[in-house]
Amino acid sequence: MDWSAIGLSLRLATATTLILLVVGLPLAGWLALSNRRGRWIVDALVALPLVLPPTVLGFYVLVALGPRSPVGRAYEALTGSAIVFSFEGLLVASVLYSLPFAVQPFAAAFAAVDRNLIETAWCLGASRARTFMRIVVPLARPGIVAGAVLSFAHTVGEFGVVLMVGGNIPGSTRTVSISIYDDVQAFDYGRAGRTAALLFVFSFVVLATTYRLQRRSGRAWPIGS
Amino acid sequence: MADRLIASFLKQHAPGVTIRADLELDAGDNRVTVLFGPSGSGKTTILRCLAGLDRPQQGFIRFGEEVWFDAAARIDRPPQQRRLAYVSQDYSLFPHLTVEQNIRFGMDTAGRQPRDRIDTILRMVHLEGMGGRMPTRLSGGERQRVALARALARNPRLILLDEPLAALDLPLRDPMRQELRQFLRSIDVPSVVVTHDRVDALTLGDRMAVLSGGYIRQVGPVPEVFSRPIDLAVAASVGVETVVPGEIVDSSDGLVTVRVGASQIRVAQPSIVARSVFACIRAEDVTLETSPRTEVSARNQLAGRVTSMQPEGAVVRVTVDCGFSLSALITRPACAELGLRENSAITAVVKATAVHLIPRENDT
Repeated sequence: MDWSAIGLSLRLATATTLILLVVGLPLAGWLALSNRRGRWIVDALVALPLVLPPTVLGFYVLVALGPRSPVGRAYEALTGSAIVFSFEGLLVASVLYSLPFAVQPFAAAFAAVDRNLIETAWCLGASRARTFMRIVVPLARPGIVAGAVLSFAHTVGEFGVVLMVGGNIPGSTRTVSISIYDDVQAFDYGRAGRTAALLFVFSFVVLATTYRLQRRSGRAWPIGS
Repeated sequence: MADRLIASFLKQHAPGVTIRADLELDAGDNRVTVLFGPSGSGKTTILRCLAGLDRPQQGFIRFGEEVWFDAAARIDRPPQQRRLAYVSQDYSLFPHLTVEQNIRFGMDTAGRQPRDRIDTILRMVHLEGMGGRMPTRLSGGERQRVALARALARNPRLILLDEPLAALDLPLRDPMRQELRQFLRSIDVPSVVVTHDRVDALTLGDRMAVLSGGYIRQVGPVPEVFSRPIDLAVAASVGVETVVPGEIVDSSDGLVTVRVGASQIRVAQPSIVARSVFACIRAEDVTLETSPRTEVSARNQLAGRVTSMQPEGAVVRVTVDCGFSLSALITRPACAELGLRENSAITAVVKATAVHLIPRENDT
């Protein structure tokens, strides 16, 4: 079994999920709770990775971060190494690729929070930020957990984008799905099967646990009343 | 001394429907104003504009020296800066916070309020020892109390309540209405209570403002608005059962004689200028008797026939044709005593002071 690939995938998925929580929660809050003009453009941009082939997304990330792009050059000047074909480059691509899987459940959960509760908090003197943190986020917790789990699972399973942006460098960009692909290419079905089985069981356990927790918390958190 | 709220604004309520609101509120003896009107007339919209949750198209809202809203000067203070209490129809308790956390939420330095301040507030709304409960484990009346306590904990300068009793079960409404009245009288800030319920209006309000057809038609002491509606729309919204057109035929000694249909009624209302009027008679001001009595001054005795009888709980709504259609509310025992049934001959008695005249546009 390719333990190095498994470890890498878990690290990548964890980092991606954390970044998506930090970036995705405010973005989803803006999408769900404001009615500013131009919202639909952002909605469409966020949903784009759902329909784009991973290779297309990967190609644009590769070009945007490449050594000839401003971002790539700035990164190289700062750190002394290129961003493409590195873990960091992979992380950027993963965040973009999993964006809808986090933002859409977040936004749906925020939109489901009773508008009266939000307005009541305002009338009680709470700023928009405080209302968001103390009322909206806690009440949307099941949706936030769902979004985080989906992003995590989606990142663990991603293939096309990794191949385009990360390449296949053991310990750095060789994730578990690439490892399985390599094993199959090398006719090592035994090794591919063991890794695949582990991934299968892991994914099932994560999803089953989440749904189990959601059910229980669903009862303790009657939204609205 | 609390400040005075002066509001005058226009707000589009629905496509093509604009509401005009002119209101003045202060503390003192008339501190509780009932905003009364049928469902969909825009009462909640006015309340939300005062709270800062909706933005009027034109006009201003001032509170003391502060300008809360001014369309011309582009001033619109958010609700956070108005320091008022707004309680929505369903109370909007935060379901994930305990009673105490709900109440603390609006306090200025949320975490560091002294214990006894919370206890005082809980005692005030009769919720001692319930600070640790979750809102889902409260009864309807308790939820309302928590919502009031939470709103009050901020020391608001203005209290806005949207249909405060509508969410309660019927048996609970009567005691809670009394409690709410005492509560609103016990604090020295103006309050606006939105309702479409006559009993709410009569019990809770010192003053009432009637909203109908897009603007506030009448503001005055509650009993006066009920018994002396200024126009037909107000009469209809406060539920005056009998409103009939008539002509003034005579006027002397403060008694006006009005011809209504085939009958004449005398009305004690000296200050009427128009010749064409509407006569308004509340059903509870009509009594029924089997035969005319010997002349009693300042009473109208109208002979007629019962055209319909409709039981409504403890009372029966009787319609009498006495030259015009007159509605009366009679208790069940009285109904039995009179032996009332459809088509029986009856005399309807109405005091001259119980009839109210509204000037009618002269259409002759």
